[in-house]
Amino acid sequence: MGPVTAGVLQLLALMGALALAYLPLGTYLARVYSSDRHWRVERWIYRCVGADPDTGMRWPAYLRGVLAFSAAGVLFLYLLQRLQGVLPLSLGFRAIDPDQAFNTAASFVTNTNWQSYYGEQAMGHVVQTAGLAVQNFVSAAVGIAVAVALVRGFARSRTGELGNFWSDLVRGITRVLVPLAVVAAVVLVACGVIQNLSGIHEVGQFTGGSQQWNGGAVASQEAIKELGTNGGGYFNANSAHPFENPTPFTNLFEIFLILLIPVALTRTFGVMVGSVRQGYAILATMATIWLAFTALMMWTEFAHRGAALELAGGAMEGKETRFGVAGSSIFAVATTLTSTGAVDSFHSSFTGLGGGITMLGMMLGEIAPGGVGSGLYGMLIMAVIAVFIAGLMVGRTPEYLGKKLGTREIKLAACYILVTPTLVLVFTALAMALPTPAGSMTNSGAHGFSEILYAYTSGANNNGSAFAGLDADTQWFNTTIGLAMLLGRFLPMVFVLALAGSLAGQRPVPATAGTLRTEQPLFAGLLVGAILIITGLTYFPALALGPLAEGLAA
Amino acid sequence: MTTRTENQEDSMSTAIPTRAPHDDVPTGHQPSGGRVGAGLFDPKQLLRSLPEAFRKLDPRAQVTSPVMFVVWIGSVLTTVFAFTDPGDWFGWTISAWLWLTVLFANLAEAVAEGRGKAQADTLRKAKTDTVARRTDGSVVPGTELKVGDLVVCEAGDVIPGDGDVVEGVASVDESAITGESAPVIRESGGDRSAVTGGTKVLSDRIVVKITTRPGETFIDRMINLVEGAARQKTPNEVALNILLASLTIVFLLVCATLPPLAHYAGTDLTMTVLVALLVCLIPTTIGALLSAIGIAGMDRLVQRNVLAMSGRAVEAAGDVSTLLLDKTGTITLGNRQATEFVPVRGTAEAEVADAAQLSSLADETPEGRSVVVLAKETYGLRERHRGDITGAEWISFTAQTRMSGVDVDGRKIRKGAAGSVLAWVRERGGDIAPDADGLVSRVSEAGGTPLLVAVEDARGPRVLGVVHLKDVVKEGMRERFAQLRRMGIKTVMITGDNPLTAKAIADEAGVDDFLAEATPEDKMALIKREQAGGKLVAMTGDGTNDAPALAQADVGVAMNTGTSAAKEAGNMVDLDSDPTKLIEIVEIGKQLLITRGALTTFSIANDVAKYFAIIPALFAAVYPGLDKLNIMRLSSPDSAILAAVIFNALIIIALVPLSLKGVRYRPVSADRLLRRNLAVYGLGGLIAPFIGIKIIDLLLSLIPGIG
Repeated sequence: MGPVTAGVLQLLALMGALALAYLPLGTYLARVYSSDRHWRVERWIYRCVGADPDTGMRWPAYLRGVLAFSAAGVLFLYLLQRLQGVLPLSLGFRAIDPDQAFNTAASFVTNTNWQSYYGEQAMGHVVQTAGLAVQNFVSAAVGIAVAVALVRGFARSRTGELGNFWSDLVRGITRVLVPLAVVAAVVLVACGVIQNLSGIHEVGQFTGGSQQWNGGAVASQEAIKELGTNGGGYFNANSAHPFENPTPFTNLFEIFLILLIPVALTRTFGVMVGSVRQGYAILATMATIWLAFTALMMWTEFAHRGAALELAGGAMEGKETRFGVAGSSIFAVATTLTSTGAVDSFHSSFTGLGGGITMLGMMLGEIAPGGVGSGLYGMLIMAVIAVFIAGLMVGRTPEYLGKKLGTREIKLAACYILVTPTLVLVFTALAMALPTPAGSMTNSGAHGFSEILYAYTSGANNNGSAFAGLDADTQWFNTTIGLAMLLGRFLPMVFVLALAGSLAGQRPVPATAGTLRTEQPLFAGLLVGAILIITGLTYFPALALGPLAEGLAA
Repeated sequence: MTTRTENQEDSMSTAIPTRAPHDDVPTGHQPSGGRVGAGLFDPKQLLRSLPEAFRKLDPRAQVTSPVMFVVWIGSVLTTVFAFTDPGDWFGWTISAWLWLTVLFANLAEAVAEGRGKAQADTLRKAKTDTVARRTDGSVVPGTELKVGDLVVCEAGDVIPGDGDVVEGVASVDESAITGESAPVIRESGGDRSAVTGGTKVLSDRIVVKITTRPGETFIDRMINLVEGAARQKTPNEVALNILLASLTIVFLLVCATLPPLAHYAGTDLTMTVLVALLVCLIPTTIGALLSAIGIAGMDRLVQRNVLAMSGRAVEAAGDVSTLLLDKTGTITLGNRQATEFVPVRGTAEAEVADAAQLSSLADETPEGRSVVVLAKETYGLRERHRGDITGAEWISFTAQTRMSGVDVDGRKIRKGAAGSVLAWVRERGGDIAPDADGLVSRVSEAGGTPLLVAVEDARGPRVLGVVHLKDVVKEGMRERFAQLRRMGIKTVMITGDNPLTAKAIADEAGVDDFLAEATPEDKMALIKREQAGGKLVAMTGDGTNDAPALAQADVGVAMNTGTSAAKEAGNMVDLDSDPTKLIEIVEIGKQLLITRGALTTFSIANDVAKYFAIIPALFAAVYPGLDKLNIMRLSSPDSAILAAVIFNALIIIALVPLSLKGVRYRPVSADRLLRRNLAVYGLGGLIAPFIGIKIIDLLLSLIPGIG
């Protein structure tokens, strides 16, 4: 069996597994967020934090919940790192510097998991498990909560209430993320991922000399790392590390975990708005982009150019031999089209065009299928824009799911799509214009520029993967990427929740033969086009000067 | 002009009609095959509007459109930079084409406005200075009238202001506002009391109570509307402007952040090139044409003699999902027609026909005439005239007797409303045929109106038979309603008829629903019910009792013949008073939105080709690999950038006719519309600039020093 065939089979297995999980998980999620019953453990949590899980919140209240909770998370994580020197089980690591502590706190609270530190050389057990791993759960749950609030905005009418943030947050953890993560962790342990609390081992190498191996609760963190589209690895090598991702099967399983919730949420959306076909249309849009990106990635990475690549059967530099070109390509596309940012290979070492594909995936706003929650709301915002333009073309005031898209709705959607391009382009241009930041590049020319472009693209879109090669642990990058992550996460949430509030207050317009049918393949195709042209084209000049210049040079 | 028709209708229908039928309804504007006709476009208009386009270069005029304002600033910048390097032909050329881009946008708007101006000038002529004679004898200029003043107008006078007739009847020439030369009757009381300032009294004398202050009259408002002075941005236009502004900001960012990136790559971009890139990327095509599209949409209504009081109303027309249509005049021809003679047992059909025809000669209502015609057509009874028969005594139809007839050769023949004729026969001690009742109710059940024919001759007074009067559904209405259904619009027929009659006509016409024995309150309730379900409702009306419903409806089209209360309440006025036009109004509303959407799509899709022209031109020198993106194989970087800028400017002029005429609209389902428009404007927008830029580049390369 050739490597290409193997790749296609992996892809088919992945799609089959996702298809099997789609209906039950999506429907289950809809039930979780629609039920009015509380679990006992949830009641305890509400009592502890003093939240009333039954009051309906209007969008400002919901937003206040999101922001207050996240601000508290940033502060707690920052202090935890600054105090690491005096914490137990810290493996002797010192306190993290302020700029890096800010960067890391922002990174994990925003579901980005950009890491400017080396996990095994900086973070002890307490920070890893009580700080970072906790945020892996809660930041993902916040994302799902905001997406669900937007879906409720579409589903509800003539009410300003979007549900209760605290109950959405807690249920996301207790009923979705924790149970799934436990199962996933067990599977990972069974496949050879380590799970212990042991310290650092000095191990002799075959070639002589010695090497340090860290133990740790890797499988549990690995499970939520993928499931919550977090991506922050226990080890610096992330999913390329054999302790995190030992076999081709765990590789495929981790990709499955990455895509699982974002894909299933389209079903949840369909169920909650009362038309599963609307969910299918969104899923089809995501799937089209994802499949096209994967195919392109495989094509560019398998393409045999030059003697070395010919010999290796593809661009093998920076890829693990146990995953090969196909396994690495599928992983790279999945991780950059979601807000995961876990890597099982080094994106910097991909072909020029391959690197460009990973960047473009993030630049599209990570919506195919996107991060947990954030992918769905990002895609729905693009759907709003596409419906607005296409809706005019059928001669009516555009409406999506029975809600009119008027001035206010378009204003909010337009603000949403402004945020990340602004952050990426402005910070990248500043980094290129100022004398110091460029010193962090390890490469010159187009590839060096790609390193910086990738860093801000990853940060502002809350991806968290790194192109590698860039020395990001400088005050400049820690601060600017930290800001990009915070603004790139929470500003869009402000617009999403405001939009949800505005939609929920509307009286629905009944569908007629004159209504644009958004559950049709035609609309899915239109949406793909709108995404590629409206968001993709924004980055065309930047991409031309980085990955395209490099990729087309050959 | 008579009022007899009205009386007969009143007397024969079983309920109060909700709107008075008019016999001055022109028959024009028949359904035109379901296609919104294109407005006229004359290339000479471009030339004529040129001075106005130059005047609009004023930055204060530009600020209203964010996209074009950016182009304007870009033009200023490139011009300034051209002055710093006067020998740089490239800088001058780019700057010249950028100014042309702004100018072309202005031109589009000026042409659209120019067409309204011509209309306004004709209206202004009607606004000649008038002198008002008040009832107290004082004479004041028309401009000094106050609301509530009573003025006297006699034959030959121009009515000095808008108002209601409070005394008298007069025929009035309203051609100044309607273009219709036939005079109309205006009389005190009832639904035809409104007069418009600037119209001329042709006969008789009326006293008018002024209801509008000078300067705010109907004509003043019309002038403002068609000139675009009162133009406000509509909700959709505002939303679209926001989207376009945000795209402009994105591309501003793209261009503003490019210099450091380019510098790192080893090339420094000039301001001229950056501005050129920016102008190519921002959605200038739609930005330039947006206001022209809006003005032209209003203008298309004006061309159909409909005045929309706001652009919002035109847009709402496109969104309408329920149409309330009055039966009479809209769905059916204004008048019922005889379709059948049914004899009672023992009488020949021909005898009924003969008697009916004779008795109808003195009935000049359309119904009466239709009896004469039917008898002629079905029984070959030669049409007789009153003068042909000597010694006859004619009994004309009146609202009181509700009968017409003739006494001739010792025979007394009567024809009329069932109740009246039966009473007439009984009065004379005649027999009522036992099956007469059955025949009458059979006709009623079939949705028709029964007229009885009776005679008193040697055999004594007796009923001969029944004339079946039927509402005749206008030709083509069935197809029209089917089209509307495909567009997702529900039609509801409003009628004063009883439910039985209403149902029969509704079935025949193919409307989705009907409201029988409709009172103004019923109508209002129906509108509110539909609106509660999230639907937008359109209706026509003319009577004062229609006013609340007209105000409640999202699109309320008042007939110009209607009362001033109705005209105030509606948000459109149809000068032709043709209720069928509601359907056209809906189509024009849709066409307006479609044109905006189509050109936006086209504009955004254009960017792909422009990137492929400009990016390799800028960077292929430092990264030779990027020359592979030059898929159009443009001859040189300068010519590539110039070609993109020129295409960007010329496409505006090329699309001016389309934006004025509006995109072709056919009443089909949303799916088919989208498929078609996406193919034409989406795909076309992707491909067209590749071809256009290549052609311009080929031409440019012929100029020495560029290629």
